[in-house]
Parts: sequence; structure tokens; C-alpha cells
Amino acid sequence: MKALIRFATDYVSYVLKGGMKFYAWMGALALLMVAMLYVFYLQNTEGLIVTGMTSQIHEGLYFANLVFLVGVAAGAVTIVFPAYVYHHEGMHKVSVLGEMLAITAVIMVMMFVFAHMGRPDRLWHMIPPWGIYSLSSMLGWDVLVLTGYLILNIICGFYYLWCKYTGKPINQRWFIPLVFVAIAWALSIHTVTAFLIATMPARPMWHHTVMPIRFIATAFAAGPALIILIFLIIRNTTKFWIEDSAIRLLASIVTWCLGIAIFLTLSEVVIELYARTEHANGLYYLMFGLHGLTRLVPWFWSAVVLMIGAFILFLTPAVRNNMTLLPIACAMAFTGIWIEKGMGLIVPGFIPTPIGEVTEYFPSFVEWLMTLGIWAFGFFILTILLKGAIGILLGDIKLGGQTAVAN
Amino acid sequence: MPAQGFSGSATKATGLAEYPVSKRPHTIRVRRKDVTPAQPPSLDSSQTQPSCSATPVSANPAQCGSCAPKTSRRDFLKAGGMLSLSSLMGTGALMTHSDDAHAAAEWGEHFQKNYRLMTEQEKIEARDRLQRRYSAEYGKPVSVDITGAQPGVLMGYALNIRKCIGCRRCVHACVAENNQSRGTRPGEKIEWIQVLRMERGKFEAEKMDHGYPEGLGIQVGGNAYTPAGQVLEGQFHYNPEAVPEKDATYMPIACMQCEKPPCVKVCPVRTTYREGDGPVVIDYNWCIGCRMCMGACPYWARRINVTTPVLPKAEMNPVTHYLGNRPRMRGVVEKCHWCLQRTRHGRYPACVEVCPVGARKFGNLLDPESEVSKVLERKNVFRLKADLNTFPKFFYFYD
Repeated sequence: MKALIRFATDYVSYVLKGGMKFYAWMGALALLMVAMLYVFYLQNTEGLIVTGMTSQIHEGLYFANLVFLVGVAAGAVTIVFPAYVYHHEGMHKVSVLGEMLAITAVIMVMMFVFAHMGRPDRLWHMIPPWGIYSLSSMLGWDVLVLTGYLILNIICGFYYLWCKYTGKPINQRWFIPLVFVAIAWALSIHTVTAFLIATMPARPMWHHTVMPIRFIATAFAAGPALIILIFLIIRNTTKFWIEDSAIRLLASIVTWCLGIAIFLTLSEVVIELYARTEHANGLYYLMFGLHGLTRLVPWFWSAVVLMIGAFILFLTPAVRNNMTLLPIACAMAFTGIWIEKGMGLIVPGFIPTPIGEVTEYFPSFVEWLMTLGIWAFGFFILTILLKGAIGILLGDIKLGGQTAVAN
Repeated sequence: MPAQGFSGSATKATGLAEYPVSKRPHTIRVRRKDVTPAQPPSLDSSQTQPSCSATPVSANPAQCGSCAPKTSRRDFLKAGGMLSLSSLMGTGALMTHSDDAHAAAEWGEHFQKNYRLMTEQEKIEARDRLQRRYSAEYGKPVSVDITGAQPGVLMGYALNIRKCIGCRRCVHACVAENNQSRGTRPGEKIEWIQVLRMERGKFEAEKMDHGYPEGLGIQVGGNAYTPAGQVLEGQFHYNPEAVPEKDATYMPIACMQCEKPPCVKVCPVRTTYREGDGPVVIDYNWCIGCRMCMGACPYWARRINVTTPVLPKAEMNPVTHYLGNRPRMRGVVEKCHWCLQRTRHGRYPACVEVCPVGARKFGNLLDPESEVSKVLERKNVFRLKADLNTFPKFFYFYD
């Protein structure tokens, strides 16, 4: 118990100390978070009218980010899986960082849930014994698997860090099975998120069997793309060295998952547009516009350019293995998928409405500020979690040791 | 305890169709506060006929003659109020220190259970709490009915699309009856019924040879994109000088009260559910505003209150039902409930009553003599989007 308190205080004091750059970064993020709190207050006094959402298009930027970030959380498994299943040496060293990313992404998802709800003050209605848990609702399942994933990652990640901190050996008897559960669970969170929207025949744009695998493919491209970016930043700003082999493996995962994602998108385009039934109206709106309304068209085509461009870059060995060019390809893939799977998938699901009304959605300033604030909050947590984890992995934070100062 | 159903004070349990409009019983009024759970309100036979037969509560201007419906409702309430003076006095007393009442009601409301899990006593408490709050907020006695489903009743609806003239009186009557948000900002104005305007197809000889680009060898006739028949194309923003228009047909659409409602399945807190007598309802106090139901509904029947509903005091209909037309709050979903505050007491929904051409029929599907059963028996009937297996209890038919 005493050691646990020591762990917490050592961790916090290590994380809190830093140079000017660190404080400037955290301060900027905190500023955005304050803005987020303000718009959250606005949304819960004025109502959702301050957003661009309507009865026609009632899921927008928040839901898009929510779906995307579940993918990022699931994407963390691309580190854990090779580390524990293939015993990849470079990955094993950094697997805990993947878990930290997963924790952050799930917390961000929960923040977006809060932002999305019409009545966040009543969310306890979902939690027994005070509320009712509905097994027939996909949203209920989503909350269940996300909470489970968060708990699994907190246990796995912090137990590992705790062992490194105290120098005790890891208890393999329960740790390894738990890691495998977490790996399978990562697939479940994104599958359920896909089910969330794919189980609605009222929205033909989403009512596809391809949705879960498309979600997982895009998640396993966007997740590791972000992880590569983070790893390169860690390599450049801290003493912690991440093996090239780990980054290369992640790059090839991104390549092939991005390829599959593009393939699935193209298949959908062919199948939908060949017959061009009424059910293809959503996709048609997304690609070319409908009844003269074309707001999402630039989003779609920029996503196409970004994704295909990134795929070509990833396929080129000169880029894939070049640690200064790789971030460009990663950023392109990440942004492309953020559009394709977020705004490009959620919004056209509502256009036209089930009774054929074509309306448009445009995120309001409040929504952008909220989204920015939640991302800032995510980076804030991620910075804290990664800094602490790296401190422990480096041996800077150690039981009984002098707490070193990170720069 | 006499079953009210659609029979009202009539001795034989017949469908609504049996009633001449003037004889329809009025059983809704401001409730006495001292009712016990064993004796649900409105079933006391001595009180079922308040003296308002001259001016029925109706949203149909034609029916009311020269008097405005609001006036008639107020008169009617006065009459009802005389019978339950104690309630009025209690309300009045509460209205004098309305802030406290409001705060207490809000607090109690926030921690109340899901309506379906409430005991009879808890329902009465919730009802009383709401009545106090609404009465204070709208400055007039407001009743909140909690009458449950009546045995032997399965509500059904039939609409004659051949007759509909697209006047949209049903839309306006619905808004007036069901306390929807009026308002001008986008999303503030809520209407549960949409009347879709559909063009009559006109095939032309001149277009015969104007096919699709032939280059790819795709064969398309020149008249391929001529509209004809009932299609869902969202054309409800029409504004003609007179209806019906020569080149259009109309198709009103609202909640279909599905027997297998997709919206109920996706609700994570089970706040929306199918009542025993058929309608799908929402406990507005339990709704978390996640809008999954809106995504699942294939008929776009549901609306989200993006802000606190704009409901002027004078226009507020004080005769409400807990699961029906009581004023909603910010951030919750609402939809058509077949005017539970009326139909549970043997009256027609407002849209049926107001329809000038009699296109709308409502009644008990279990009663072979009801209008809706007769329609199903004799007419060609279809359900909208039947391929989705939602099994609506809202039928379209034509002569």
C-alpha cells in the first residue's frame, strides 16, 4: 500500500516537472479545454440548437469523431498483438505505450458521447442498478465493450508499469491471458461500433455487411499511423529510443490495412453506383451531390486523394523506410481516414432522410470548438500518460530511487 | 372498474366509428388530487360527462363554428375545474410560490424512475409533480393524465390517400393539440405529420427519343425520369395558392406505431416502448437524447428538441397525458402517439377529427365493427416500407 502511494506521488511529481516547452504545450491544451467546458455549458443550457444538428441530420461532427476514435483505440492492438503473439522484440518494449494510447482514445470517445447527448445529465439512466441496461440496444453494447476495454487497458498498462517501477517480475499466469482478452476485446469495440450504425435498415448508406471489416481495416490504418507519428515525436524529444523495426512493422500494417480499406470503399462505390437504386442516394450525395447540394463533395474527394496518395507513398520503400518522409504519409493516411470514416460516413447516412428530404449539415463554431477541446483534452491525457510511462521504462521513476527530472 | 376503451359511456363496446361527433364523451378534466391508486382517475361514472357538450374540445375550426378552439377549451376546463375545486385551490396555492414548486418538481423529476417501472403510487406522485410544475409554468391548471392501456384495445389507423387534398390541417391541428415547439429558428419548429406532395407523372411523346447518353450503350427511355406513383421524395415544403393542385397527389406520413418498432429495439435506456394498446410512446423524463431511435426509424417520425420548446402560454393545451402531449423539455425526442390523451378516453386523434375530407380513420383493430377494421376488410390496403418488417399499424388505402 505504501509502495502504491509512493508510485502515485513519484509518477505525478515526475510528470508535473518539465521545461518551458512542456508547460507551453500543456497550457495551450488547457486553454482549449476551458473553451470546451464553456461550449459544453452552452450546449446544456441553450440546447443542441447551438450545433448544426437538426432532426434531419442528428448525428454530426461529434458522432464522426466518436466512431473514428473508437478505431484509434482499437488500433492500439497493432502494437500489442505483434508484441505478445509474435514476440516482436522492438514492439514488446513499447507495447505499454499502445495501451496508454488506447486509454486516451477511449476517454476521448466518452467525452464525445457526453458532447453528443441531448441530456448528458441523465446518462446514469444507462447504468444499473439506478438505471436500465438494455441488451437489445447496440449503443448499450457499445458502452459495455468500451468500458470493458478501458478497464482492461488500465489494468494491463498500469500493472506492467507497476512491475517495472517496483522491479518485481510480471505475474505471467494472469497477465498474459488478460492481454489476449484485451486483444480480442479491441476487435469487439470496433465491431460493435460498426454494428451501431450498420444495423439500421432505415439508413441504407450504412446497412452493409462490409461495415465492420471496413471499420477494422480503417482503424488498423489510422491507429498505427498516429502511433508512428507519436513514436517519432518521442524519439526526437525524449531519451527513449524506439526501435526502427517497430516503426517499420507498424508502417507495413498501415500499408496493407489502408490498401484493404481503399479496396472496400471502391467495391462499395461500384456495387452501389452500378445499380444506382434509391439506396445509393447517400453515397451519390457524398460523391457528386444531390439536388444541387454539394457540401460534402470536397470532403470526399480530399479523403480519396489523401488515402490513395498515402497508400502510394507507403508502397514506396524510399518513403516507408525514410523516417523524415514517413510522417507525411502517416499524416495523410490519418487525415484521409478521419474524413472518410467520420464526416464522410456519418453525415451522408442522413441524406436524404428516410422520407427523401435532402438537407445539409455544416458543423457550427461551437461544434468545432468542442471537438478541438476534446482533442486537446486527449493530447493532454496522452502527454501525461506517455511521459509517466516513458519515465518508468527509462528507469527515471523507480521505487526507492531519486526522482529524475525529464526535460 | 369499467373499462373505458373506445366505448366511452356507450353500453356496447363498439369502435369509434359508431359515435356521432357530438355524442363523444369527454372524460378529460383537471383531476382531483385525492384519487387513490385503486381507483384510477376518470373512471368515476358520475364525473364522466362534464357540461361541455356544446363545445367539444376540437382542433377543427369547422366544427367549432364561430368560436375559437382555444376559448372552447378554456370553457371546458372551467367546467371540469368546478368538479375538482380542491385541485384548483391546491394549484393556486402552489402558484403563489411557484419558484419553490418549480425547484422541488425539477428535483423530484430528475430522480424519478422509468415510467414503466413505477408503481401506481409513484405514477400518481410523478403526475402530481408535473401538474404542479406545468400549472405554475403556464399559468393555468394543467392536467396530466396517466390512464393506462385499456383491455381489448389495439389501436389502428387508416388513411385514404385517394381522398387527401394536401391541406395540412392535420399538421396544424396536431401541433395545437400536442404542444409541439413553435418557433422560428432552425430546428425549433416541430411538426409530427409531414404531408408529402407528389407529382403526377406526365409522359410525353416529344421525349421519346431523348434517352440517356447512348455512348456507353446504356439503354434508357426518354421518359425514364418522369415521376409517377407514390414515392418518398421529401416534397413537403410546398406552398400552393389552393389545394388540391391539379398536377399533384399527397401522402401524409407520421409515426406508423409499428408492431415491431426498430426505434424501441435500439433505445439504450428503454424509454421508448410499445404500450399495451398499440402506440409506441416515450417517457420524456427518462430519455437521454442519444437519438439512436431517430436513426433507426425508417419513416422519419421522430424529432429532437434541440432547445427548450417554444410553447406560448396561451397556445398551450392543458389537457395532457404523461406519455403523450405534455410539454417536453430540451434535449429529448418526441413523436406522434396517436393523441393518447384523447384516444384513451374514446375520442379521435386531433388529425382524424380535423380532416375535412374524412381521409383519416382511426379505431380499434380488435373490434370488427370499427372503421379501421372495416377498411382492412373491404379496401385495398398497403403499409409503407413493408419490406423492412416493421409491421405498421398505420395503413394506407384507396377507393
